[in-house]
Amino acid sequence: MKYLYLMWSNLKRKKTRTILTLLSIVVAFTLFGYLGAIRQGFSQGIDVAGLDRLIVRHKVSIIQLLPANYEARMERIEGVSDAAHQTWFGGVYQKPSNFFAQMPVNPEEFLEMYPEYLLTDEEREAWLNTRTGVIAGRKIADRFGWKVGDRIPIQATIWFRKGGERTWEFDLVGIYDGAEKGTDTTQFFFRYDYFDEARQNGQGLVGWYTVRIDDPDRAVEISQRIDDEFANSRAETKTEPEGAFLQGFANQIGDIGMIFMSIIAAVFFTILLVTGNTMAYAVRERTNELAVLKALGFTDSGVLGLVLGESLVLSAIGGGVGLALAWFLVSMGDPSNGALPAFFIPPRDMILGVVLIVLMAFIAGILPALQAQRLRIADALRR
Amino acid sequence: MNGPLNWISQVVSVSAFNLRTLPQRIGSSLTAALGIAGVVAVMVGVLSIGQGILRTMERSSSPDNVIVLRSGATSEMMSGLGGEDTRFIAEAPGIARDAEGPLASPELFVIINLNKRDTGTDANVPLRGITRQAPRVHDGFRMIEGRMFEWGLNEVVVGVGAQREFEGLELGSSIEVAQEQWPVVGIFEADGGLAEGEIWVDAAVLQPAYRRGNSYQAVYAKLTAPSEFQAFKDALTTDPRLNVKPMRESEYHSEQSQVLYGLITGIGTLIAAIMGLGAIFGALNTMYTAVSARAREIATLRALGFHSSPVVISVLMESLVLALAGGAVGAGLAWLVFDGFRAATLNWSSFSQITFAFDVSFPLLIQGIVFAVIIGLIGGLFPAVRAARQPIANALREL
Repeated sequence: MKYLYLMWSNLKRKKTRTILTLLSIVVAFTLFGYLGAIRQGFSQGIDVAGLDRLIVRHKVSIIQLLPANYEARMERIEGVSDAAHQTWFGGVYQKPSNFFAQMPVNPEEFLEMYPEYLLTDEEREAWLNTRTGVIAGRKIADRFGWKVGDRIPIQATIWFRKGGERTWEFDLVGIYDGAEKGTDTTQFFFRYDYFDEARQNGQGLVGWYTVRIDDPDRAVEISQRIDDEFANSRAETKTEPEGAFLQGFANQIGDIGMIFMSIIAAVFFTILLVTGNTMAYAVRERTNELAVLKALGFTDSGVLGLVLGESLVLSAIGGGVGLALAWFLVSMGDPSNGALPAFFIPPRDMILGVVLIVLMAFIAGILPALQAQRLRIADALRR
Repeated sequence: MNGPLNWISQVVSVSAFNLRTLPQRIGSSLTAALGIAGVVAVMVGVLSIGQGILRTMERSSSPDNVIVLRSGATSEMMSGLGGEDTRFIAEAPGIARDAEGPLASPELFVIINLNKRDTGTDANVPLRGITRQAPRVHDGFRMIEGRMFEWGLNEVVVGVGAQREFEGLELGSSIEVAQEQWPVVGIFEADGGLAEGEIWVDAAVLQPAYRRGNSYQAVYAKLTAPSEFQAFKDALTTDPRLNVKPMRESEYHSEQSQVLYGLITGIGTLIAAIMGLGAIFGALNTMYTAVSARAREIATLRALGFHSSPVVISVLMESLVLALAGGAVGAGLAWLVFDGFRAATLNWSSFSQITFAFDVSFPLLIQGIVFAVIIGLIGGLFPAVRAARQPIANALREL
C-alpha cells in the first residue's frame, strides 16, 4: 500500500506530463478495442458458425443455382440429418445503399436448422400461416424502424414477378433476435413457396443448401459423399463446413487480420516510444531521490519494482480507460449504420488488451528500472 | 529596440538558437518525430487503398464509352438483356462504327470460383463473355503473352491482375467450367483497368455453360463523341421495345466503387484521427519537457529584453520542424512500402473480386504532411504559450 502511495506521488510530480502520457495510452487502447470490433464485423460470425452444419453450393460459383430436388437426395445420404435451402434475392429497399441480405426459405426447416434465430411462438405461428410473411433480424428492423405488421416493399433486381412486375411486398410477421452476441440479425427471410410460385423464371431452382450432420467429426467425409452424389451431373456441388465457408467469404475482402495487426503494431510502437521516453525522463530527474531511498534501506530490487510499478500504474489506468472508452464507443453503434452483421469487442480481444497493458508497462519501464536498480548511492548523491 | 526589423531579428536568433540545441534533446525529439511519422504512414497507407481503387475505376472508363443495363439493375451481375435487345441497342444513334459494324459489344458477366493466392480460399473471380467488337470497344486491351482465343472455341484469356492474384491461371493451364476444361491461351493488359482482374471468353461459349440461352447482361459501346450521350440515351429510353438504363462508363464505375471507397476512406480517416490525437499528446509532452528544461534560458532572454512573441514562435518552430521531419519520413515510408502494392478485394456492388494497386498519389503525400504540420502546431502551441507566460523571476529562481 505504501508503495502504491509512493508510485502515485511520483506520478503526480509532473502532472502535465503524466496526464499527456496517460492520454496517449488511452488513445492507443481505444483504437485497439475499436479496430477489434471492426475486425469482428468483417469476419461475419465465423465464431458462431454451427460445427454440425455444412454449406453446399454450385461447384463453379455461388451465383449458379442448384435444383430444389437435391434436398431429398442429400437427406438420404448417411450421416446427413437435415437439409434446408436458401436463395439470394438481392432486392433493393428504397435505395441501393440500404443493402441487406434477403433470402426465401422454407420456414419450418429453416428455423429448425438455425436454432440461434429466436422467434416467439406467436411470431413463428404467424410466419407459418402467412404466405407473404417475412421475418427480419432485430438490427435491420431497428435500422429501418420496422414493426410487426408493417408491409415492406422490395424492388427485385434478379427475381422479377410473373408479368415483369418488379415490386414484391412482404408482411413483417416477426423480428428475430440472436441467441448469441455474434449472431447475424441483419437478414430478412421470407417464404420460398410464395417466392417460387410468383417468380417469373427459375422455378425449382435454389441458391445453396445448409446441411446438418450427425457427427461434426465426420464433416470432411460427409462433404465428400455429398459432392460424389452430384458428380457428373449438370450441377456439381462443392461442400464445406459452415465455418470454412464463412472464413472463405471473409477472406475475399482480403487479409483483414493482417491489416489490423499492422495498424495496431504501428500504434503501439508509437505509444511505446512516448511512454518509454516519459519513464526514462521521470527516472533521470529523480536520480537523487532514488539514491536517498536506497540510502534509507530500500533494496535494489525494491527500487526496480518501484519504477516498474509506476509504469504499470500508468499503463493500467490509461489502458483501462482506453478499453472502457472503446467499449462505450462500440456500444453506440457501428459506423456503417448497421451494415456490419456483428459489431462488438470480442472477449478474446479484451483479454489480449489486458495482456498488452502489462506487456507495454514492462517494456516501457524495464530500462529505466534497471538503471535505477544499478544506481550506486555514492555516485548518485554526488551528482 | 522596437522596430519590426528588430523583432524579426529576435525571432530569427531565438529560433536558430533553439534549433541548434535540438541535438541535446535528441531522445525526446526523435520520439515525437517518429510518433508523427507513424501516424502519417498509417494514414497515407490506408487512404492509398481507396485511391488505388478509384484509379482503377477511372482507368476502366473512357469518356466516349457507354454501358447499357436492364433498367433497375445496379450492376452487370444483376442485369439481363435478351439477344434481341442487344441488337436494338447496337443500332442506336451515336454509336461509332467501323468496317465490321457498330462498336458495340453485348457481354455476359458471371463469376467463377478460384483460389486466391494469399489466403488459399475461394474467391469470386469475374468471368466475362465477350463478342467480336469487344477488343475495339474496351480501350487499352492488349495481349502481352500467348494469343487471343479463337472465336467459338472454349479457350480463355486472362487479365494480368487475375493471373497474379488467383491460382491456376498460368498460360497452358485450364479452368473447369461446366465439366469441361477451358485452356488459358493468352494474358492481356487493359491500361490498369478493372478488366485486368477478369477472365475473358467468347460469349457464345459461355452462354450454354451458364445456361443463359441467347441472353446477355450488358452492352458496352463506343460513341462517336462524348457529347452524343444525351441523344443516345434519349433514343434508348424512349424506345418502346426496350426497358434499359444507359449510363456513361465513368458514371457506372464510380457508382460501383462508391460503397467500397467510402468504407475504406471512412475507416482510414477515423483511424488517422484517433492516431493523430495520440501523436498530439506525444508532441505536447515533448515540447513541454523541452520548454521546462529551458525555463531558465527563456527567462534570461526575456530579462534581457526579448519580447515574448519571439519565444512563442521559436517553440512553435521547433515543434513544426520536428513534425515536418516526422511527416516527411512517414509519407516517404508509406510511398516506399505501399505505392504500387498490388492486391485484390471483394467489391460488394459487383459481388466479384477487383484487382488494383495501392496508389500513394502526390496530393495524398501533401495531405499527410499537412496533417503532420497540424499535429506539430497544436503540440507546440500550448507549451509555447506557457513558456512565454512564465513569470521571469520564478523561472530564474528554479533549479
